[in-house]
Amino acid sequence: MTYEPPVTDYDHIVENCTCAFCGCNCDDLDFLVKDGHVVAVRHACRLGASKVMEDMDQRLLVPMVRNEEGVLEEVDWDTALDTAAKYIAESVRPVFYGWSETSTECMKEGVELGEYIGAVLDNQATICHGPSLQAMQNAGYPIQTLGEVKNRADVIAYSGSNAMNSHPRHLARYAAFPRGYFRQRGRFDRTVITMDPKFSDTAKMSDKWIGFEQNGDYGFYNALRAVLKGKKLQSESVSGIPAEDIYELAAEMEAAEFGVLFFGLGLTHTLGKQRNIDIAIKLVQDLNTNSKWGLTPMRGHFNVNGFNIFMAYETGWAFGVDFCRGYGRYMMGETNTIDLLVRKEPDCFMVIAADPGAHFPNGANQHLANIPVIQIDIHWGPSTELADVVLPGSFISVECGGTSYRMDGVPIWMKKAIDKPETCRDDEWIVRELKERVMKLREEPNVADEYVPNEGLACLLDK
Amino acid sequence: MEYILKNGIVYDPANEVNGEKMDICFKDGKIVEDVSADAEVLDVTDKIVMPAGVDPHAHVAGPKLVVGRLYRPEDERRGVAQKTKVTRAEAGFSIPSCPTTGYRYSRMGYGTVCEAAMPPLEAKHTHEEINTIPNIDINPLPLFGNNWFVMEYARENRIDDLAAFIAAMLRVSKGYGVKIVNPCGSEAWGWGMNVHGYDDKAPYFDVTSREVVRALAKANEQLGLPHSIHIHPNDLGHPGNVPTTIATLDSIKDIAKSTKASAGVRDQTIHCTHAQFHSYTGNSWKDAASGAEEVADFINKNPYVTCDVGQVTFDETTTMTADAPMEYDLFKISGLKWANKDIECETAAGIIPCIYSPKTPVSTLQWAIGLELFLHIENPWQVCLTTDHPNAGPFIRYPKIISWLMSAEKRMSMIDNGEVHKWASKRTGLAGLEREYDFYEIATISRAAPARIHGFQDRGALTPGYNADIAVYDINPNDFDPSKDPEGVEKAFSNAYYTIKDGQIVVKDGDIVSTKQSHTIWTNVIGYEEEEKQIIDSIMPFFTQYYSVKWENYQVHDHYVPNPTRVDVEAK
Repeated sequence: MTYEPPVTDYDHIVENCTCAFCGCNCDDLDFLVKDGHVVAVRHACRLGASKVMEDMDQRLLVPMVRNEEGVLEEVDWDTALDTAAKYIAESVRPVFYGWSETSTECMKEGVELGEYIGAVLDNQATICHGPSLQAMQNAGYPIQTLGEVKNRADVIAYSGSNAMNSHPRHLARYAAFPRGYFRQRGRFDRTVITMDPKFSDTAKMSDKWIGFEQNGDYGFYNALRAVLKGKKLQSESVSGIPAEDIYELAAEMEAAEFGVLFFGLGLTHTLGKQRNIDIAIKLVQDLNTNSKWGLTPMRGHFNVNGFNIFMAYETGWAFGVDFCRGYGRYMMGETNTIDLLVRKEPDCFMVIAADPGAHFPNGANQHLANIPVIQIDIHWGPSTELADVVLPGSFISVECGGTSYRMDGVPIWMKKAIDKPETCRDDEWIVRELKERVMKLREEPNVADEYVPNEGLACLLDK
Repeated sequence: MEYILKNGIVYDPANEVNGEKMDICFKDGKIVEDVSADAEVLDVTDKIVMPAGVDPHAHVAGPKLVVGRLYRPEDERRGVAQKTKVTRAEAGFSIPSCPTTGYRYSRMGYGTVCEAAMPPLEAKHTHEEINTIPNIDINPLPLFGNNWFVMEYARENRIDDLAAFIAAMLRVSKGYGVKIVNPCGSEAWGWGMNVHGYDDKAPYFDVTSREVVRALAKANEQLGLPHSIHIHPNDLGHPGNVPTTIATLDSIKDIAKSTKASAGVRDQTIHCTHAQFHSYTGNSWKDAASGAEEVADFINKNPYVTCDVGQVTFDETTTMTADAPMEYDLFKISGLKWANKDIECETAAGIIPCIYSPKTPVSTLQWAIGLELFLHIENPWQVCLTTDHPNAGPFIRYPKIISWLMSAEKRMSMIDNGEVHKWASKRTGLAGLEREYDFYEIATISRAAPARIHGFQDRGALTPGYNADIAVYDINPNDFDPSKDPEGVEKAFSNAYYTIKDGQIVVKDGDIVSTKQSHTIWTNVIGYEEEEKQIIDSIMPFFTQYYSVKWENYQVHDHYVPNPTRVDVEAK
């Protein structure tokens, strides 16, 4: 890295802004504003700072609609919203996907529209931490807030997560380095363990690196659990790790006063998927017999956890909720975006604050090319090339306020610091407009004539 | 808009109206003495009219509810219902989605529910959920019992500072009163430990539960908050916890109730929640038995104590409490999926599914102890109807509990027919209790008493000037024997004939006919502004260093409380 002199040419500072990048949601940023633009960001990591400062790079500024020649054409807001609303109103199997980089206030409009028209609402969890959610439904969910980690943790383990690259301030602000109430010497009072096949940047920072074989996650954790339960390992090594190292690690983990396991997509998306997380959760539960342990999924987007939380309290389920029958249905592999797309079910797709064009498997994107796609976003991306209507939104936490949920579930109000470009609109406004226009175009489908309570509400005693 | 509810049989314990045939008038959302001749007449001839229900303790909104929903899709599937012209789709059994929660309370004739545990750090989340629940007003109680600042003030006996801190935190988190859960125990859980008994110390903090509870009670009375301290004592669910429960209640005997007008509604200085879980004798589950009589006896002799029961209802439910070490103990027993959520510097929470079966001895013992408490506590103003939703059962079972309370015959038949395990007769005195509640007493334990205990001055009674929160049930009490027809009682109380909220008819004939936005009830302490500022300044260095959010982003601002009912307390 080369030396960059500090920015001194600015009009004013906005303090305590929240970073809209990863699931750390650092809320201590200072934005240096000049001429209505953020010219420098204090306290943020490089990822967060560049996202905020480069906000005009490839920025979508005007609404667009794809014309008959297949070219995106700039139009006024009314035309764009009417076209999008028509696509939604005429569809029988709409999917509204994304939401992880917008506010819960915007989601609120989205779920109203989705329930009205009978859409599937889904977010990025379907392609990232979905297996983690599935695992917690199998095994449980012992977590803690990041401040608990800061104040108490003496052993910190990263598994399948390269936090130094993906969540750069995670170690600095919450986990390894900060001086906590019971860990006054900060890094010196903690042991950091990285479990990863790769000798990652996080492994370089750690006291211990467990480089088990690729796809060896399940076997490795299974062995660790066996050792914790007092069993003797039958082979000399498990998943490429010598047995004696496993004994040593188990003893070290059990001796922790307060341990935390952070896991990332390296654990959720290797062979075994949700079963890897199952066994990690069970390992943590076992460790609580003689020690105190918790775990936390390293959520990627700043509000991906927020959507799951929001959907859970609004509808009962976290993601992939299907309203096509007038009530919520949730079934992994059935009501999730990728499964629906590869089965070629959806006939309209709204993507908000996400980039399926860049992240979805080819088979799913092929279907997207054949159906109307509405994009609400602030930047150009591969999804723009798939979109039939483009609605330029605004940047939550910079140009517009809103609520987000950190990876550990702590809600944070992300305040507005500067004005949005004149031609853009807030995400919340756009989705509300769409909702109102769709409601005018089509009567609500799948409404029951009268309320019929679910038989499941019967009492055990009655059976 | 003016209305007159005509010819109903009114039970309004706060005004000592016991089954009188009379008309109730309301206008523009308030109860009034009289209305003009243009008023719309709602004919409720020979039907029961009561103030709308008030639930003094339930878990309906907040972070641990969401963890429950996230990790129990199977529970959500048990309660799905299709949307109608008025209602959104429903989901959930023990942990229903927010809209579902509002509809189901409304159908039972309820109007107000206390959300009993709000961690201040995640208060915004609780408020977002409250805003999503329609038709019922909610007063959230922030958690104080394991807060690091509180423990420090308690250790040093700095009651003035503690009072200022409570005033500030109620404002910052938009909370209603002081909730204490397993004082010092949830902090000990930070190290995987618990406290045992009332005089055990939190590790490193050198302070006992007794000191924390007494300090909070003194500060609560110094401020004159509308509600007293609301405590979930130590040792919940452990056989042999009766001495801890009684020691807790006894320890604040000498603390006088505030003389301020804001505290004038209530009679108590301590509210013991879900007393059923705190009334076990014995040394282990092998020799556990009912301690209900001893606890009830103490409550009977001490009018400064009130309680709610936390009645077990024999369902598969989800337990969730800020008493996290207890939840881990449950996990060790049942092995079901265990969730936990520790909150920095403030509290912890644990969640685990639980199956209360009438075929098992422990569930039956708990069921019988709950009923014993209801029947042994003589003054219905000292006991409230709850299931500690969803811990002992979902709130939709309240009508069933009412039917049990009104019919000794029903209770006896359950014991005699082997519907419940024989521990009910062997280890409790339930079989010998013949007391039956009447409708007046039911109205007391489900609306009048909870409203008085929470210090509400605008609900829980049909007094002119109060909110027009009214429930009508399709029973003619002069021509109906609840003792002989428990199913009829359950059916009527499950499907209100009318539920009226702030003068708006939200339920007719058991169906939701309209919805309205709920109010968030919070307490605004007046007169401590200078002290509040000083205390916040004094905690700021600690806060900045040891919390993981900035103070600016910690506070719940008005955006999250769009429809507040602010209760002003003149504390000086």
